[in-house]
Amino acid sequence: MTDVRLAWIDYSLMAIYFAFVIGIGVALKRFMRSSADYFLSGRAMPAWVAGLAFISANLGAQEVIGMGASGAKYGIATSHFYWIGAIPAMVFTGVFMMPFYYGSRARSVPEYLKLRFDEKTRALNAISFAVMTVFSSGVSLYAMGKLFRLLLGWDEDASMLVAAGIVLAYIFLGGLTSAIYNEVLQFFLMVFGFLPLVWLGLKDAGGWAGLQARLMTHSVAQGYAPTAYTQSWAFMGDATRNPVGIEWFGLAMGLGFVLSFGYWCTDFLVVQRAMAADSMTAARRAPLIAAIPKMLFPFLVILPGMLALTVAPPAVAPSAAAAASIGIIPPKTNEAGEITRDANGRPVIDYDLATPAMLARYMPSGLLGLGLTALLASFMSGMAGNVTAFNTVWTYDIYQSYFKRDASDAHYLWMGRAATVGGIALSVATAYVAAAFNNIMDALQLVFAFVNAPLFATFLLGMFWKRATGHGAFWGLIAGTLAAALHHGISLPEGSVVGVKGGFLGVLLSSYRSELAQTFWTAIVAWTVCFGVTIAASLATRPRPDAELVGLVYALTPKPAEEVSFWRRPATLAVAVLTATLLLNLIFF
Amino acid sequence: MSGGIGLDIRIPIGAMFALMGLALSGYGWMTNGVPGFYDKSLGININLWWGLAMTLFGSGLLATARFKKP
Repeated sequence: MTDVRLAWIDYSLMAIYFAFVIGIGVALKRFMRSSADYFLSGRAMPAWVAGLAFISANLGAQEVIGMGASGAKYGIATSHFYWIGAIPAMVFTGVFMMPFYYGSRARSVPEYLKLRFDEKTRALNAISFAVMTVFSSGVSLYAMGKLFRLLLGWDEDASMLVAAGIVLAYIFLGGLTSAIYNEVLQFFLMVFGFLPLVWLGLKDAGGWAGLQARLMTHSVAQGYAPTAYTQSWAFMGDATRNPVGIEWFGLAMGLGFVLSFGYWCTDFLVVQRAMAADSMTAARRAPLIAAIPKMLFPFLVILPGMLALTVAPPAVAPSAAAAASIGIIPPKTNEAGEITRDANGRPVIDYDLATPAMLARYMPSGLLGLGLTALLASFMSGMAGNVTAFNTVWTYDIYQSYFKRDASDAHYLWMGRAATVGGIALSVATAYVAAAFNNIMDALQLVFAFVNAPLFATFLLGMFWKRATGHGAFWGLIAGTLAAALHHGISLPEGSVVGVKGGFLGVLLSSYRSELAQTFWTAIVAWTVCFGVTIAASLATRPRPDAELVGLVYALTPKPAEEVSFWRRPATLAVAVLTATLLLNLIFF
Repeated sequence: MSGGIGLDIRIPIGAMFALMGLALSGYGWMTNGVPGFYDKSLGININLWWGLAMTLFGSGLLATARFKKP
């Protein structure tokens, strides 16, 4: 993998990018006069800007590298993360949830929970969210350092510190506005960086038809029907017949309903972008506008992974690593350069290198610089998303609520900048911990998954059932998280060892085809328990009077006025987006 | 319609893409015809063409920012 050499043009393109992202921060500094400017962009963003930032903040390392890896592992079925996952959830956020987030004038998602429920529910959500954002930005920072070391031989510390330093500079100076502006820039850079890769890869494979034909051999070799990698639904009837290892119900409910709605509807990282919009209609249109490019992203991020399976490794020096590769995706190696093997002696493929290997394979100097800059941009936008969400939740929901309630606005603005520095310092520290203790990180990631799984039940009941109470929400969340841990503790994916992968409670009641299947079912269990406990506990406790819930609950909130023309209305846009998504599902059925 | 506060977002993005596009297509023009240089990209001078596309996109953004309604 280290046969990639960069020319001066590649460095120049990176330098241009760095200059512009920092320049945007510098240019915006003088507009940051109040804490609302810094944390909410003064609620002044047009819908398309908020919308592109909405998807770009999520377009971190996980998306670009992870979706390429999943494309290589699962084939076109990875598109379910988009076509039954993200898109319907984003449409729901825009049409149904934004009126409450935006209309309640809450400054953050945890603050909405306080307005709707009570202080303890907010505290639970704010604290777990703050810890999670720092953690995930640290983990992705580490992933970036590792990737650039493997790909280019760059020093891990240097690339991590430079990336973190640049993100720090532009958020410190320009706050959320700076993050959003840069996210829009990074969005276009991602598109321009990856489009030629997909185009060249497809052209080389003989188009979609050529790719289908080439993947048949791979599919059969893995023990599936010839088209299992190029059809997203056809083999979902039975978990043993598709590479994802899941059946349609677990997929639709676990991924489509619980996890995707949980993320896109409640995660402040993305919702913050829509909350920065300049009007209620713009706030509702932001996720819907975001859904349009989002539904086309599978072509940009999943196809490279699928293509990587079919490209022959370079014939320069036949080595053990080259022989163990699938397509151009190399096996994992340890520090001594030996190939990692599983219990059966088969090489463990490093799927995370699928997309980077494609960059190295198809991009000549020049375009390669653009592609790598796009990759860097995706890491930075993901990190910036986490950091801006963190500094807001820290300042408004934790510092202002529990440490210093009545300080001047200038003080909170100062605190926001301090939290930016602190958040980035903690991320860097997390990255080093991740490098040293892989197991701790896996365990923490698991705990976060337990905390996140039930969230959507709480928000759904909160927004659509006025009888739901603070006690109900709080105990529902706790019960849901425990249920997730319990389910994970008694189930195990096939071929895994007891431990962080599951089964740690000593009894094994269920076994899944894959880790994803287990994750989806854990989410379903957590959601259901949270839903049930919230209802039961709410009915047992005293409801809040209707008057206190106006603007927070569907039945007690006047419908938002439609002041724009028919074709610009959120509902019109929503129908168009859903129809197009349905068509995509049918085309790749 | 593009960035509620002072700075129109299309200006920095347009400028960056125009600049990157010019650099890339310039490099493509310089390396045009170098034997083997574009083997990776299937013999296509992708730098030249994609650089031009980026320049076009960048200047398009700048133009719409320049001629926006007052």
